[in-house]
Amino acid sequence: MASLFINLLGVAAIALTVWWFWLAPKGSKQQIVGADEKLEILVKDGVYEPDRIRIAAGEEMVLHFRREDASPCAEWVLFPDLEVSAQLGVDQITEVTIPAANVGEYPFHCQMQMYRGTLVVE
Amino acid sequence: MSDKPSATSQTFRLQGVSCAGCVRKIESALGDVSGVDDARVNLGDKTLTVRGHAAAQDCIDAVESAGYGAELVQASARELREQQREEEYSHYRQLLWRAGIALGLGIPLMVWGLVTGEMGVNSSFQQIAWGSVGLVTLLVLVFCGGHFFTGAWRAFRHHSATMDTLVALGTGTAWIFSMLVVLVPQLLPESARHVYFEASAMIIGLINLGQALEVRARGRTSAAVEKLLQLQDASARVLRDGEEVDIPIEQLQVGDTLRVRPGERIPVDGSVVEGESLVDESMLTGEPLPVKKAGGDALTAGTLNKNGSLLFKAEKVGADTRLSQIIQMVKNAQSSRVPIARLADTISAIFVPSVMIIAVIAALVWYNWGPDPKVAHMLVVLTSVLIIACPCALGLATPMSVMVGVGKGAENGVLVRNGKALQQATGLDTLVVDKTGTLTEGAPRLTDIETDGDTDALLQQLASLESRSEHPLAEAIVSAAKEKNLSLSEVTGFEAITAHGVSGEVGGKKILLGNRKLMQREGIDSGRWQKKAQALAGQGRTAMYAAVDGAMAGIIAVADPIREDVQAAVERLKALGLRIEMLTGDNKATAEAVARQLGIDHVHADLLPEDKEKIVGDLQKGGAKVGMAGDGINDAPALARADVGFAIGAGTDVAIESADVTLMRSSLHGVADAVELSRATLRNIKQNLFGAFVYNTLGIPIAAGVLYPITGMLLSPVIAGAAMAFSSVTVVSNANRLRFFKPSYSSANDNGGEK
Repeated sequence: MASLFINLLGVAAIALTVWWFWLAPKGSKQQIVGADEKLEILVKDGVYEPDRIRIAAGEEMVLHFRREDASPCAEWVLFPDLEVSAQLGVDQITEVTIPAANVGEYPFHCQMQMYRGTLVVE
Repeated sequence: MSDKPSATSQTFRLQGVSCAGCVRKIESALGDVSGVDDARVNLGDKTLTVRGHAAAQDCIDAVESAGYGAELVQASARELREQQREEEYSHYRQLLWRAGIALGLGIPLMVWGLVTGEMGVNSSFQQIAWGSVGLVTLLVLVFCGGHFFTGAWRAFRHHSATMDTLVALGTGTAWIFSMLVVLVPQLLPESARHVYFEASAMIIGLINLGQALEVRARGRTSAAVEKLLQLQDASARVLRDGEEVDIPIEQLQVGDTLRVRPGERIPVDGSVVEGESLVDESMLTGEPLPVKKAGGDALTAGTLNKNGSLLFKAEKVGADTRLSQIIQMVKNAQSSRVPIARLADTISAIFVPSVMIIAVIAALVWYNWGPDPKVAHMLVVLTSVLIIACPCALGLATPMSVMVGVGKGAENGVLVRNGKALQQATGLDTLVVDKTGTLTEGAPRLTDIETDGDTDALLQQLASLESRSEHPLAEAIVSAAKEKNLSLSEVTGFEAITAHGVSGEVGGKKILLGNRKLMQREGIDSGRWQKKAQALAGQGRTAMYAAVDGAMAGIIAVADPIREDVQAAVERLKALGLRIEMLTGDNKATAEAVARQLGIDHVHADLLPEDKEKIVGDLQKGGAKVGMAGDGINDAPALARADVGFAIGAGTDVAIESADVTLMRSSLHGVADAVELSRATLRNIKQNLFGAFVYNTLGIPIAAGVLYPITGMLLSPVIAGAAMAFSSVTVVSNANRLRFFKPSYSSANDNGGEK
């Protein structure tokens, strides 16, 4: 009885992991936040908040990152496809200028890709 | 004292502001300042933003008159960096404290377990004792490892999993299981009533310790940028109302007149208004000899004024100075991605959830088919697998090496645009070099003058004549005469004869200067001079015949001299396995003479500027990996076309924009340095990636217990924690090894000790 319970628990844990980390994010479109001058992207505890940001295509845009996480992981934000990167100061707002880009989705992340976000250019 | 108007918005940090009343007071005080279009106080940030053309000092005065304090927010890169360092240091200390406390609990518990072996819960006394230890452990987990848990939770909510997730799951599982043993031991078979509080505490302590060491090691990776930042002084001496005042460099504005005394650094880019001095530009251009600066000459921020006092006008300030742009470029490149890391990127994206699944599967295998005590084994395997897996090592492998490698490049005058260029530079097999300005000085010089009569007299006559000509070679002759302090005479009846030469009267004598065709046309026998002229042409020089009053007077030769260090650089590049091809618009004979001297086998001569790009393209079609070195001005298309474009141009703006690699020193050695550096960096990255892969692919199965049949033991979660914590430190330390990179040819020895 206990053995069945533990095995079921294990299988459930695997299923939940697969679903939550891989299937669910793709299935449900998370909320996309449009960027404007006031939008602050909070860098804290392993996530960017918000992590899906919409900007207009063909226009330069300045994003404001507020880093509240002193861990070195949070130090850099990279937009590899746009060749943009910035070093974020702790407890302050760092402006990151995004050059005019074509329509598409551009991932951004920290050096180790633990912090992850997507820039949606529309 | 009044600052000059600034067109942009300025931000001030406010002191003593606490309520909405203060906000109104400050805003209305600023309303009276001329040039203020809009002033807003942000009470939350305690900042004031002023839009308009007001002077910074006027705004500060207005705030002070309202009874508060204000200071201009100076977001200079240098200050930011200093702040960063402080943050880093306090973070480091915090991590050490956390590690110390957690290990302070973990180590005694572990020793107790090892010495007495009494980690089981079999009596109600043990229940109470271990229960209290469990509560203390919980406190340690919250205090020393709370950030792992909050981080894991936040990441979880965003459907992502990080290293925090693994640490939180591992230590959390061990603690919950142990607590279960303490509270309801009867649920478990007697052999499995074992507590693992020491593992939770030890893991948290070790990982904090590892992170602390990593913070320290990481700090060293950005040493190069720091060196560049140190070239910027914090303050500058500005002339205001006839007086010299020291002001912070951030307050400088375009148009300010500044004074730089001997031994001081030039604070911003500008041009000399008054005074003369020698300026050491070696830190930016690599040029070892100080450059003489006088009225109108350009000055670059970060260079060192040697002996004279200079008054100069600021033309570029703040982020617009070349130094700032170089720093920005280095920073961008340091954090760019290298294609080789794509596999690691793909893996690290799915790494953590995969490890979680592997951990559960391994635990179930041990539970279903493992030996007794099954439950305890299951827990140990689960915890160890979660803890030993290190996404950090994998994720850090490339960025750390790139960071150090790119920085090292900057120290050696090699600015790499991005990681892609760095990787491509390792695989080059062909280097296409533009002759003029790269292999040669780019400015023709008088090399030979031969006559039966007085050399200076002939030179004086020829220079006078050529002073009327616009031919590029004419300049070489005129400047040679000026160097000898010969004064030029009036020229009458000057005539430029296309494709032949020039003629005119100087001091009553008819002078002819041109090629053999000119002499033939004028019916002058060039006689024995013909042989000399051919010999000179064979050395790559352009020889011209001179005739005075209808008789041969001698020959004069002009050449674009080969740069001093090119020979050694070409040999070095060949040793690196590069085939060198020369491109030039010059004629074949001159080009081949230069190529022969330098030992270059392939020459493309008589080229039009647009041909260069085509040649690069043709070589690429033939399967070659082509690097192109040029001055970045007329070669921009070819530089862009090449797999790696090296701009040798002392960092001109055009070059920085169009090239993959900018060489600040005007030397071909820079290309060799860049290739060597990129190879060293790539090797380092491969070591790191290899290490990280091997670590994880070996570590995870060992933690899952594959060695149990041989050793009869499972890997302790504490060992797993230690391995994990130190694997990322190892990666960062290995990357730091790159700091000891030295180019195989040290120009510092050659140019009299640049450093």
